[in-house]
Amino acid sequence: MTPLSPTDYDAIRLSLQVAVAATLLSLPFGFAVAYLVTFVKFRGKVLLEVFINMPLTLPPVVVGYFLLLLLGKHGWLGNLLNEAGIRLIFTLKAAVIASAIVGFPLLVRSLRICMEGIDPQLISASRTLGARWYDTLLSVILPLSVPGLTAGSSLMFARSLGEFGATIIVAGNIPGVTQTIPLAIYEYASSPTSENMALTLCLVSVAISIVVLFLHEMMAKKMAQRS
Amino acid sequence: MHLYMTSHKSFGSFSLSTDFTVSGDRIGIFGTSGSGKSTLVSMLAGLTDPDSGEILLNGDCLFSSAKRVNLRPEQRRIAMVFQQHCLFPHLNVRNNLLYGFKRCPSELRTIDIDTLVAVLKLDGLLDRGVTNLSGGEKQRVALGRAILANPRLLLMDEPLSALDDALRFQIIPYLKSVSEKFDIPYLFISHSLLEMRLMTDTVLAFEKGTMTGQTTSDQLARNRMGLSSVGYINLLELGRSAPISGLFAYPWGASQLLLSSGSEQNESMAELSSKDIILFKHHPEAISARNLLECSVRSLFNSGRKVGVVMDCAGNTLIAEVVQDAVDELGITPGCTIYAAIKASAFRMLPN
Repeated sequence: MTPLSPTDYDAIRLSLQVAVAATLLSLPFGFAVAYLVTFVKFRGKVLLEVFINMPLTLPPVVVGYFLLLLLGKHGWLGNLLNEAGIRLIFTLKAAVIASAIVGFPLLVRSLRICMEGIDPQLISASRTLGARWYDTLLSVILPLSVPGLTAGSSLMFARSLGEFGATIIVAGNIPGVTQTIPLAIYEYASSPTSENMALTLCLVSVAISIVVLFLHEMMAKKMAQRS
Repeated sequence: MHLYMTSHKSFGSFSLSTDFTVSGDRIGIFGTSGSGKSTLVSMLAGLTDPDSGEILLNGDCLFSSAKRVNLRPEQRRIAMVFQQHCLFPHLNVRNNLLYGFKRCPSELRTIDIDTLVAVLKLDGLLDRGVTNLSGGEKQRVALGRAILANPRLLLMDEPLSALDDALRFQIIPYLKSVSEKFDIPYLFISHSLLEMRLMTDTVLAFEKGTMTGQTTSDQLARNRMGLSSVGYINLLELGRSAPISGLFAYPWGASQLLLSSGSEQNESMAELSSKDIILFKHHPEAISARNLLECSVRSLFNSGRKVGVVMDCAGNTLIAEVVQDAVDELGITPGCTIYAAIKASAFRMLPN
């Protein structure tokens, strides 16, 4: 097996950085959206659900292309950010945003399934005992959503580690800057002399996935025991 | 407690209309399933908005469609005890109990936690998780949690229906004693006439979304006697029993009753259906029933196709049901003397 090169170590580090950042960035938004679609009645709810779930059905490349249109130099948001001196395209931040958007529906789904399992009468009990809606959210819904948060975070983390299509469009494939494990494997696999290096990174990828899934199972078991 | 409620609520084909004023501390809402009891409770607690109407509690407006007033649940100070205990599974017993207490304005934190814990016998449970408690313990914690919030009104939405008979009669004394000790009026919702008799003084009866009457719990039981398959249930408070030739002799006021089942307890309560009492005009020469009571008829009332005979048995009240033909044949009229025969096996002891 070919030893890992400094660029490979960079790719592993960047992959983990992107996955952690995308997951942490998505958690508050995922929780808020899951709360909205589970507990709040409002017009346009179906539209919101369709919009959130779109990255699940769209090819990641399409998501990446839309992001490029939005965040690019001449994009609606990119233009504003450019004026403020912020550049996202072809940076690690763009890779984080791409991963966050592609994995977001998985987080929301896990949270929503968990929230739908909360007995609505617990919420009623909380309100009649003097808790305001945000107090109920923090003291009842949030603690009871922890299994969903854990499951959703694991899924999202794993999805971010494997993200390729949207990332390559908005962040490019710059070694040491935006090149994550999938992009490095793609590059090695495209070259006829680097098959072994591709295999090594694939094994690293498998090892990370096993660790993530193992941790997820451990946490799920612990929570099941506690409840 | 003084409650005025005039409201209307529609859900598809079902609609609930209320228009009543009720005063008292032990109020019952009685009705079969689908009569609108839970919707009414939900509207009172602020969990469901009426389509229109007005709700006043002790003169304070909780809801008024005309004045555009709609207090949020946390502003109403109306706590609930649910059919299922609804304890927070992520909190232990102590933190469940303190949930409402912590959210109560400091000037209203008047309920002493230690006293409540002692009354509800929760001493050894405070640090335990709620998922491993028994059904009765869970309901006691739920009751304590609601009381500690020091509500103006306690809503008990069928709090006993998820419990078996033995547990149900264990919980009833707690429900009564806690609200009396801490002076918290309650609205008790149930489809059980027996629970109504044990828990309430005034009852609002509902049927198919409409209020059918406001009466006492005993009068409601009398009204429903002829319609009920179990008749009118006489609740008898009995003294300490003593075994006599295979039976148990219980003092009942100045009389004595022989029951086929029992135990040597200080005080017990037994139920006896009006259908299980046979009336005689004269003292029978010999009879297999072990209880023969000389009674004087106080009054008669009609219920469905049956006639209820209210009797005075040495200061105790007993109600038997007969058909009109029997009333005519026996010549039963208020003031006349009559003999009531009851088999020893006809009584059912209520768990202490």
